[in-house]
Amino acid sequence: MIADITHLETKESGVVVEIRGGVGLIERLQSMGIRVDKKITKISSHFWGGPQTIEIDNFKVAIGHGMAKKIMVDIDR
Amino acid sequence: MKKILLVGNPNVGKSAIFSRLTGVRVVISNFPGSTVEYTKGRSKIFGDVVEVIDIPGTYSSNPNCCAEEVAVKMLDQGDIIVNVVDATNLERNLYLTLELLTRGLPVIVALNIWDETKHRGISIDVKKLEELLGVPVVSTCGLTGEGIREVALKMKNLKPVKRSDISDEERWVEIGNIIKEVQRLHHRHHTFLELLEGWSIRPISGFIIGAFVMVVSFFLVRFIGESIINHLLDPLFNNYWLPVVSSLSSIISKFGFLHYIIIGKLINGGIDFGLSFGLLTTGLYVPIVMVAPYILSFYFVLGLMEDFGYLPRFAVLVDNVMHKLGLHGYAAVGMILGLGCNVAGALSVRLLESRREKFIASTLLSIAVPCMAQIAVIVGLLGARSNKAVMIVFSTLLLLWFIIGYILNKVLKGESIPLMLEIPPYRRPHFGAVVKKLWMRISGFFLTAIPYVLLGVFLVNVSYFFGVIDFFARIFSPVLKNIWGLPSEAISALLVGFIRKDVAVGMLGPMGLTLKQLTVGCVILAIYFPCFATFMVLFRELGFKDMLKAAAIMIFVAITVGGTLNLIL
Repeated sequence: MIADITHLETKESGVVVEIRGGVGLIERLQSMGIRVDKKITKISSHFWGGPQTIEIDNFKVAIGHGMAKKIMVDIDR
Repeated sequence: MKKILLVGNPNVGKSAIFSRLTGVRVVISNFPGSTVEYTKGRSKIFGDVVEVIDIPGTYSSNPNCCAEEVAVKMLDQGDIIVNVVDATNLERNLYLTLELLTRGLPVIVALNIWDETKHRGISIDVKKLEELLGVPVVSTCGLTGEGIREVALKMKNLKPVKRSDISDEERWVEIGNIIKEVQRLHHRHHTFLELLEGWSIRPISGFIIGAFVMVVSFFLVRFIGESIINHLLDPLFNNYWLPVVSSLSSIISKFGFLHYIIIGKLINGGIDFGLSFGLLTTGLYVPIVMVAPYILSFYFVLGLMEDFGYLPRFAVLVDNVMHKLGLHGYAAVGMILGLGCNVAGALSVRLLESRREKFIASTLLSIAVPCMAQIAVIVGLLGARSNKAVMIVFSTLLLLWFIIGYILNKVLKGESIPLMLEIPPYRRPHFGAVVKKLWMRISGFFLTAIPYVLLGVFLVNVSYFFGVIDFFARIFSPVLKNIWGLPSEAISALLVGFIRKDVAVGMLGPMGLTLKQLTVGCVILAIYFPCFATFMVLFRELGFKDMLKAAAIMIFVAITVGGTLNLIL
């Protein structure tokens, strides 16, 4: 199933298939290691549209809800 | 002189290595963005004196904020690049490494945080990595100093490398290939710290832990600070220093002006450290006895939080609330640093991306975040008369922080920028590093604060003596008297507040104010303007126009809030 990462449950993983953003956002996420084909695991999600914390490889990043909605992953459900 | 640049992703330990190479003390913490400005230091490598430059972290050579801009600008000035790489995050870090290899400079890679790879189940073939990158790679641990000598050794015969520039995709493919060859991951069990990491970032357990951390920190700061004052410094001053200045006072009592400057006024025939206001009495008592213990306790607790890695998690927890004020969660870290010293808070404004965010953060910091020196004197002076009044002062400021942030967010054009923050792993604070950082901050306080406190006290006494204060008092007395209900001599505190806020609050002491006047005075002194040092940093970050606007807001808020308190209290 393809969905943005806000739809991941805590501890659930998905593989990035697309980043729906401008060049700037894609570049920025990429340089932080968030890019297509990477496996992302959800660590936490705060309510009321709060930030999402995800884990990639060996590090964690907190990203705003709006940005998180642009990162599409293939969830293995 | 050759310039050696320390370049790398945020929070990989550049500053720790810098400190090891040069012996220059810099603040090192476990969160991205603790360095926002470059620091230069000198080191002797094989008899040659070289300049080592520690620059802010960056993920790529395309800057996203001003701190990264500083980093990227510096890149053009280096002769040798020491690329500091987080060994526990090799893949992502290599992106910048490959970019750096295209710049035609000699590069050496320091594979830092090497000590953590073992318990994280990562093994890296350093020789192979060296081969694939074509530059020397040394495993290091900045905190303990392991491998730093070898980095220096290998700098000797370094040749420039120039790889051809490739596209992003090609670069990632290459990184993938390198990782496949050099890195092995082993299965391992989660440690307790990692479990705690999970709990402190999830909504419900996170808020419980956050509240716990804040409450414990508050009481710890207060307990340590108060204990040092009541059981150590205040008795020391009264038992040993008081006799000295008392006899000095009787010796120079004939010289009116000199006595006034050095000892100050005699209260009921004797010296009162809080009220006399001479250079050797109040001028030393305020920074050493009233303020320094709180600076010590605050920075001790903050240092533990910084090195443990709690602050970025706090930023995530409060992100939602901060967006209501037009900021994102990371701005809260700047506010916490500002509670120690507003200058530190102002410097961290640089990590915010947009002009709008910088403006809101600077205004809120200046108006509603008093620094520890100021807090200490407010607690000491006002707290001696009424704890309720202390509560009124701080809740007014907190309320203002929310209200002004909320209004600015509504009024200013544009939207708040979403959070994007790397969350470092929890690390057990390194005792030596905590003590070193604390010592650095305390000595920094003594070196910068005491001269300015003395200068402040000196200027006040001279201007009182020559009637300068009376002149200003007459001009400003309508505002002071009619709006704030303060005596017109309170203008002297407002003037001194530009130099040191702690002295300014301390000056309210001898004025014989009522409790209400003292409360109003403390609030106004927090709000009306930042101290000179903070002002200069903010001015540089905001520019003339925005600084002028921010200052107008500060003065307006000081007048209205001071006036309102005068009416309702």
